[in-house]
Amino acid sequence: MKDKLSIIGQSLPKIDAWAKVTGETKFADDMVLPRMAHGKLLRSPHPHARIKRIDTSRAAALPGVYAVITGHDLPRVKFGILPVSQDEEALCVEKVRMVGDAVAAVAAVDEETAERATELIEVDYEPLKALMSIEESLGNQDVRIHEYGDGPNVHKAVSLQFGDVEAAFAAAHLVREDAFFFEGNTHLPMEQHSAVAHWGADGKLTLWSSTQTPHYVHRMLAKILDVPAAHIRVVAAPVGGGFGGKLDPFAHEIAACKLSQLTGRPVKFTLTREEVFYVHRGRHPVLMWVKTGFTEDGAITGMHFRSWLDGGAYGSYGVASTFYTGALQTVTYKVPVYKFEGARIFTNKPPCGPKRGHGTPQPRFAMECQIDKAAEQLGLDPADMRRRNLAEPFTKTANHLTVTTIGLGECIDRVVEASGWREKRGSLPAGRGIGIACSSYMTGAGTAIYWNDMPHSGVVVRADRSGLVAVFSGATDIGQGSDSVLAYLVAEVLGIQPKDIRVLPADTDLTPVDLGSYSSRVTIMAGNAAIQAATRLREKIFEAVARKLEATPDRLVASDRRVFVEGEEDKGVSFPEAVVLAESMHGVLAFPGSYAPPKRAGKYKGGGVGPSPCYSYSACVVEVQVDAETGDVKPTEIWIAHDIGRALNPLLVEGQVEGSVYMGLGEVLMEEQVFRKGVHKIPSMLEYKSPTTLETPEIHTILVEGDDPEGPFGAKEAGQGPLLPVIPAVTNAVFDAVGIRIDETPITPDKVLKALELKRQGKAPRLGPEKLPLFRFPAPRAVESAFGQPAENVAVRPFGK
Amino acid sequence: MKTQLALTVNGETLDVIVPVHKTLLEVLREDLNLTGTKHGCELGECGTCTVLVDGEPVLSCLALPVECQGRQIKTVEGMADGGRLHPLQQAFAELGAAQCGYCTPGILLTAEALLDEHPTPTRDDVRVALAGNLCRCTGYTKILDAVELAALRMRGVSA
Repeated sequence: MKDKLSIIGQSLPKIDAWAKVTGETKFADDMVLPRMAHGKLLRSPHPHARIKRIDTSRAAALPGVYAVITGHDLPRVKFGILPVSQDEEALCVEKVRMVGDAVAAVAAVDEETAERATELIEVDYEPLKALMSIEESLGNQDVRIHEYGDGPNVHKAVSLQFGDVEAAFAAAHLVREDAFFFEGNTHLPMEQHSAVAHWGADGKLTLWSSTQTPHYVHRMLAKILDVPAAHIRVVAAPVGGGFGGKLDPFAHEIAACKLSQLTGRPVKFTLTREEVFYVHRGRHPVLMWVKTGFTEDGAITGMHFRSWLDGGAYGSYGVASTFYTGALQTVTYKVPVYKFEGARIFTNKPPCGPKRGHGTPQPRFAMECQIDKAAEQLGLDPADMRRRNLAEPFTKTANHLTVTTIGLGECIDRVVEASGWREKRGSLPAGRGIGIACSSYMTGAGTAIYWNDMPHSGVVVRADRSGLVAVFSGATDIGQGSDSVLAYLVAEVLGIQPKDIRVLPADTDLTPVDLGSYSSRVTIMAGNAAIQAATRLREKIFEAVARKLEATPDRLVASDRRVFVEGEEDKGVSFPEAVVLAESMHGVLAFPGSYAPPKRAGKYKGGGVGPSPCYSYSACVVEVQVDAETGDVKPTEIWIAHDIGRALNPLLVEGQVEGSVYMGLGEVLMEEQVFRKGVHKIPSMLEYKSPTTLETPEIHTILVEGDDPEGPFGAKEAGQGPLLPVIPAVTNAVFDAVGIRIDETPITPDKVLKALELKRQGKAPRLGPEKLPLFRFPAPRAVESAFGQPAENVAVRPFGK
Repeated sequence: MKTQLALTVNGETLDVIVPVHKTLLEVLREDLNLTGTKHGCELGECGTCTVLVDGEPVLSCLALPVECQGRQIKTVEGMADGGRLHPLQQAFAELGAAQCGYCTPGILLTAEALLDEHPTPTRDDVRVALAGNLCRCTGYTKILDAVELAALRMRGVSA
């Protein structure tokens, strides 16, 4: 590989930027097919009810209605994104478990007729007691939302212990126990989910959908519709914002397929904004308790973490979410021994699942706020305390995660410097404060959702005689620019320009499987696969060009759209000529690349959640202004440093960091997905408060570069990790500003005023959970702590370099 | 009940026969195939469907086409001058101001209206002008940068 990079590291426009700024990009709802029908779902108005009768006859008789279906028209098979939680029905047959559960679907000549038809469907419900909180679900064991799980209304209960935490607490100088609550919130993508299905006359089905996981949707459709997967094609439409909200198979996708089969027409469903709020699968509300031992100088001796997740009505990704609330606490600082207990409880609300940071922003909030309290108690500077106790690179953590490079020390130094932390801390005027927090996040999940030995990402690179290079990948670009990243990587390897490359959209008939756009996995996994494929192509090209030039392949270089002998630039051919030579010598030029992460899962149940080829790190300093009269918290400036490994395109990395910071701000200050009697309190974009240009302050992004052995050209993730430290950094800044501890999100003005009032009354100026659920966790599975052991299987790839 | 309307969109006058209650958003997308205009809520809350009517930003999901007869409607498809992109489009592409790109058309048009009226906006002016357009991807930073860059270029300052 060349030492000098020409594409990697440049701030180039995305390859699809031009289509996006002209409105050319065709999102799923922009698709129109001849004879296309429009679909609508009838959704339950009850949070928990038995379905006694559904009569669709009046709807079916409405002029303009092509078909009406209920769950009886679909195979009676339940599905779910995780193999262990097959608990969903596209259209509920016997009972509904949340407001918004679909019970029937209509296809009609237009949307309006379809909607009118749903109103004509008669459903008799027998309301059941609705369980709206963790306490209610645990306290009403005679009412069951599901018949499976780890106890009455308990979806999952886990308990893991890595070493003797009690001994660690006994040896500590300070032991703190704190409780925190993280409110649920939602992705709020700008694009409402949309899908178009066409069941062709050949008996084969095509689904175009705004999905982050076409491969999983493909698998699920085969199961739900009872059709061979080989006869189903799922094409990913450009996704107008995902953030984890388009990772599950959804009722409207399944209904579109079935209705297309019955009507012989293409059928489109586009959700209303209200439906998007209900289907969400967003951030779990999580109640947490954390007990940590600290030495006099702030080192952690051991940690015991408990989390209770309000899961909502279905499993979704919840088992993974549960483990994630306990997985990454050990990756940032040294935590020699660790115990985790977590439980996910079913409630009659829309199910939660993965949102940016999946299950880790909540514990990160708890842990970083607790560290801030410990620093205060120990008389230590919170930045220095963190800086001194960083995890060791290339070691294992207590819970058997393998960490490679760690740029967190430099991240802390850089934000401390840039923000003027040392001058500002403790000396800002009244009402102003500054806070810090750090975090880490996975660069791709180390295990697939379903157990298998196949690649997580496959890419085929095909060179055309014209000189065009086509990249076939099942990865979906959800706006983060993953298609562009694949183009940059292939362009770099082949010495051509991104414009010379066509990246095909994910299409299960045409592109090799990629597991999807989640867990910050696309750049590392599809990226490494693309490099492998492009390198194989380059070898064949070099072989052919070497023969022509009477040189040896190892002396050739591909650069500036030419292949030439190193140091003798005029002794070479253009890239298109090189392709012709190679095709003449080898035949069709199409080469695969495959990637799977190193196999490093800890040898314990649950060890598959948390491993990643490498971890990104972030440090964030936030300055806030707190208005003691109104309780308003205004972040005035934010500094964030992110350990990216190598920035493949700094512009795109900055965009991911800025977007993460913004989303974290929304979560800490205003966003809440809450329900009253099962009905969403605020299912509109006006009332679900999210930051506008006016609430988003200047964000100073610092990229800390290194070279991780796992990443493509050394790159780590950027799309999720930088959200994590923002939330506790704001909370800690509020404490610095006015001396109150708000131990639950969001930090709304009423909470600030309440805490200030407590402070005035001389009481503990804290607002947060007062009690914890009565819940007996299973006996812990005791596993030896792997803390400090050397990293193994670094840059070892099952499918080769 | 359907009605015949003559709408002037991107400089072209077009006849449509549409139900009277159909919104401008629906007519643009469904009857005129101008799918560059997107929808995020259809309740006037997110700014995604913004178009210009006589140069003013209008939420097309709340506007009735009948009110727009005889007025100049501009959508994102009308921003480029032939094959030449509007400086805002150019700056948005170059600076990464469009991530998923879904809110982008509405933001571009709102920004165009701002720059037509205030060729030298401060960053806060841009913030205020775009406060009605939600974006969930970018954190707004690169959008503000791009509007400022376009403003400079439109004034002939090389940047």
